Amino acid sequence: MFTLKNVSYKNILSIDNIEIKGQAITTLFGESGSGKSTFLKLLNRIHTNESGEITYKNQKISTLDPIQLRREVIMLPQEPTIFKGTVRDNLQIGLEFSEKEKKEDQELMKLLESLKVKKQLDDDGKELSGGEKQRVALGRIMLLDAPVYLVDEPTSALDESTETTIMDLFINFIKDNDKTAVMVTHSKEVAQKYSDEVIYMKNLMVGGATHGRND
Amino acid sequence: MDGMIDITLLQLLSAYIFILILLAIVRLRKIPREKEIIIATLRMTIQLVLVGYLLTFIFENEHVLYSIIVLVIMQVFAVFNIYKRSKIEMDKQLKKIIAVSMVTGTLFTLFYFDFVVVHFSPWYDPRYFIPIAGMIIGNSMTGVTLGVSALIEGFSSRRKEVESALMLGATPNRAARSIVNHSFDSAILPTINNMVGMGIVFLPGMMTGVILSGASPLDAIKYQIAIMLGITGSVALTVILFLYFGYQTFFNKEAQLKG
Repeated sequence: MFTLKNVSYKNILSIDNIEIKGQAITTLFGESGSGKSTFLKLLNRIHTNESGEITYKNQKISTLDPIQLRREVIMLPQEPTIFKGTVRDNLQIGLEFSEKEKKEDQELMKLLESLKVKKQLDDDGKELSGGEKQRVALGRIMLLDAPVYLVDEPTSALDESTETTIMDLFINFIKDNDKTAVMVTHSKEVAQKYSDEVIYMKNLMVGGATHGRND
Repeated sequence: MDGMIDITLLQLLSAYIFILILLAIVRLRKIPREKEIIIATLRMTIQLVLVGYLLTFIFENEHVLYSIIVLVIMQVFAVFNIYKRSKIEMDKQLKKIIAVSMVTGTLFTLFYFDFVVVHFSPWYDPRYFIPIAGMIIGNSMTGVTLGVSALIEGFSSRRKEVESALMLGATPNRAARSIVNHSFDSAILPTINNMVGMGIVFLPGMMTGVILSGASPLDAIKYQIAIMLGITGSVALTVILFLYFGYQTFFNKEAQLKG
């Protein structure tokens, strides 16, 4: 799905050669400051690599329209934003940004339930707790039904049992719908349990990063 | 017109007693503002005397070139004043957009006023052209200054929100919408409030001037209404132009946030 060759970005990231497979879950695992978030942001062109080449579906991403690319390669940042408005607005806003059709309340309620968010659609987004914000933001990107997902520490604000529920939900969503996910985590268990492929990242160097397979 | 009652020089000097009272108060209360009060009073006096002579000259020697020179000076002053009042360093592109929006927006309003609303005759008649240009440019300057601050502040404090929107597939236009709308709101609000208080809370300077010069209050309010509408239009136009082109300078060609 993606290939990265001799890619570098500032003093944060330097990659010799990495391939990210389609319809699989790849986990970026490593210490903080090793450029995991930056890695994701290169794949959807929120940042542009200073050297080297990145391809998406065999096309150089520098030749693709960045907005169209981001509508296919949706990213959830580490600290997701809750926009001004209700919980409903916050779930729908991704669809609006991507210029897709909005969803019915019924579907949104079902999603909230499966994410274990005990709030109503009309509740103010400001009232969400840290963990609820993270789950609403995750629900928001799931509604977009994109082929590729980049998720940065999607469960960092959750307790262990909720983390498992939410991860299972998200992973099943990816697998059942033949989607591709690239996920950043600092949790070894998450990396081992959920990924088809693990990229270990060290500070400043990913070159020759160890690829682990987890079948 | 009956004309105004003449103020003799001595009578004018007697008005400075208000400043003397003020100076006495700040000295007594030990408020360290004496120097500023004296400088401000002197500046006000000297600037107005100079403007008085300058306008007398221009009015007596009515010429299209003089009106245009005054207009250009006002525009340049207004644009540099906006640059100066922004506390954050602006990039060149943003400065250019400020200048172009100010000039286009105010000129459009001024000439609409000139050729449609009032019909100055001749069109550069300095008695109308200069004060009306001054009011339009001055108010637009305040509006754009507020818009510039709000836009820069918005992009710095809500950077993550804009980036989140981009990650969800938003165009830069859509990602910046909330900041742009908020900036428009803060820029235009003082002008709207001004309209609300008009005539009740205060009699605006222009109307006072027209009444003092002997015109009937009913004639005075016609001018005042027209100029208020013109000012509102010009503030809105300059601010919209500025914001529409201005927000784009925060993004690069790859639809990424700069910096």
